[in-house]
Amino acid sequence: MNVWDAVVGQDEAVRVLHAAAVAGTSDDAGGAMTHAWLFTGPPGSGRSVAARAFAAALQCTDPAAGPGCGHCAGCHTVLAGTHADVREVVPEGLSIGVKDMRDLVAGAARRPSTGRWQVLLIEDADRLTEGAGNALLRAVEEPPPRTVFLLCAPSDHPDDIAVTLRSRCRGVALRTPPAQAIAGVLARRDGLDRDTAAWAASVSGGHVGRARRLATDADARSRREAVLRMPMALRTQGDVFALADELVAAAEAEATGLTAGRDAAETEELETALGGGGTGRGAAAAARGAKGAIKDLEKRQKSRATRSQRDALDRALVDLAGFYRDALASAWRAPVALTHPDRNADVATAAAKWSPESLLRRLEAVLACREALELNVKPRIAVEAMASALQQG
Amino acid sequence: MSAAAASPPVRPQPLCLVLGDEDLLVERAVQAVVDSARAADPETEVRTLRATDLAAGELAELVSPSLFAEGRVIVLHAAHEAGKDTAEAILDYARTPAEGIVLVVVHAGGNRGKALADGLRKADAAVTECPRITRFEDRAAFVREEVRGSGRRITADAVTALLDAVGSDLRELAAAAGQLAGDTTGTLDEAAVRRYHRGRAEVTGFSVAEKVMAGDRAGALETLRWALQLGVPHVLVADALADAVRTVARVSASGGGDPYRLAGQLGMPPWKVKKATAQSRGWQADGLASAMQVVAGVNADVKGVAADGGYALERAVLALCSARRR
Repeated sequence: MNVWDAVVGQDEAVRVLHAAAVAGTSDDAGGAMTHAWLFTGPPGSGRSVAARAFAAALQCTDPAAGPGCGHCAGCHTVLAGTHADVREVVPEGLSIGVKDMRDLVAGAARRPSTGRWQVLLIEDADRLTEGAGNALLRAVEEPPPRTVFLLCAPSDHPDDIAVTLRSRCRGVALRTPPAQAIAGVLARRDGLDRDTAAWAASVSGGHVGRARRLATDADARSRREAVLRMPMALRTQGDVFALADELVAAAEAEATGLTAGRDAAETEELETALGGGGTGRGAAAAARGAKGAIKDLEKRQKSRATRSQRDALDRALVDLAGFYRDALASAWRAPVALTHPDRNADVATAAAKWSPESLLRRLEAVLACREALELNVKPRIAVEAMASALQQG
Repeated sequence: MSAAAASPPVRPQPLCLVLGDEDLLVERAVQAVVDSARAADPETEVRTLRATDLAAGELAELVSPSLFAEGRVIVLHAAHEAGKDTAEAILDYARTPAEGIVLVVVHAGGNRGKALADGLRKADAAVTECPRITRFEDRAAFVREEVRGSGRRITADAVTALLDAVGSDLRELAAAAGQLAGDTTGTLDEAAVRRYHRGRAEVTGFSVAEKVMAGDRAGALETLRWALQLGVPHVLVADALADAVRTVARVSASGGGDPYRLAGQLGMPPWKVKKATAQSRGWQADGLASAMQVVAGVNADVKGVAADGGYALERAVLALCSARRR
């Protein structure tokens, strides 16, 4: 069991990364190793997993059988996120600000303390703001000798990552992992039975994390069911609001479930740290002074909640878009795998009932809604507009 | 003031509670207490502080009678924010108020720190209620009262014109009313108001949306211009438009019926349902569907997609008005 096993269905990328890690762990850092990498690939293809595996391989302390053995102290601490020379930026809010990047860049100038490389891993580099990207660029342009930057982004399109950053990175393109590979990893690592694993892999659209979620979480399954019922249930104008409301409420509930407990614990921790609940002279003034810090925390929590709600809604919309795509594919009898093979009855009905033009219009309404959400349109307004377009056809 | 001086000075009650969060009225109530204490004893010392700044024991120090028995007024602001200990200390004192000392407790009147307010009421404090003025009629009554206070009268038209032009801030209204009363003679009428005030002080996104839903294209554009001129954020106008469209769409999709039953079903107040029912008469299902696309689009536009949010709003208003015709 080495670190590359977690990278599902990406043989080509693993070969490149392995060669680089071999060069990086031996002392002649030849052409195979470089100081900045950009991992691109569709959501769920395992960009951050691949980046983390690569980081582990670089810090491997037992590279006799090839770097990334998976059982030495170096590999273990990197994978657990506790290695002293691996710094990760995992944005939970809507964007990565310039302040975070400046701190990170200052750290990048240090020499590695215990490992061989100082590794800086930025998940979701597409969330870098312009200022943050420029701050990072300065370090990537003139890198300290033993520092490696690992950036992850959905694609190397300029919308996702600044061209200036991209041109200084070596690209690692990940593909959508094939369904068999996903089913295999679910069965092997998570111990799921073969049928469940195969079903989850077939409906996940190549998203490993989503496949695992669907296979293990009954709530996720029922949410998916509710979303996929929507196209056939949208009959009258009244359904538009009822179903849109259901969709948004489900996303809100999912997001609150993820963040509410953490929010309360974080706030309490900060209040205690700032002397909340104290008595005596000066306690009131101290409490007033602490308000700024608490406001800051609340702001960050709000940004995180907004993001998890948007992400939840986006997952639902991707499922919905998959349905119309399937209907179009089956209307044209295209020989492609369906996104939702378990809904083929509904898909066939939809393909027979609506013309390809109208299916395409619906598909576009769903995609427009995704885009609108990204542009900060209020979820309810965007989803209701979409539902009304879906109902009109 | 001259009337107060002629009659024998009335000492204010030793405990006063000013309830409410309408700043101007609160300030006036406190000032009235201070004035009457000063009228009784010109040497009265006034101490003003926030209840949250009181340290333990400080209140006892403040309310203990001084050697020469001169009067003292203590004004405690933001009493609703007071901690438990401070609140208890205030209530303790309220049971046995000291001679010659007037304690004025200013409380926002909400649920926060309610026990303190209730306790003071029970201790026979003189209560002055200053609730926030939100309704149009109350504001009009306030203006009439202000004008009457300076010994003049004002017509109903003039009140409306003044509220339109000055806005809803009580301080500004009081100042404007006082100024008008000073600058003119006779009953204040609309012409007198128009002479000194013009324009609109407050236009909300909702008034734009109302005109749009009624299909009044010229009126909607004019209101929108006022709103933009006054600096109403584009986002608020866009939200108001979206809210109006989806309310009408939801109400008309529900098929009508008893507004109270619908209100429960749709989770909105009955007056909103009634208004939307009236507005929905000019709208067809197709028009509403395309209106929903328009408001979703303009919502993105005002959040940075369009180069000019004002233009995007104008275009949306025009698109909505033509969607209504369909």
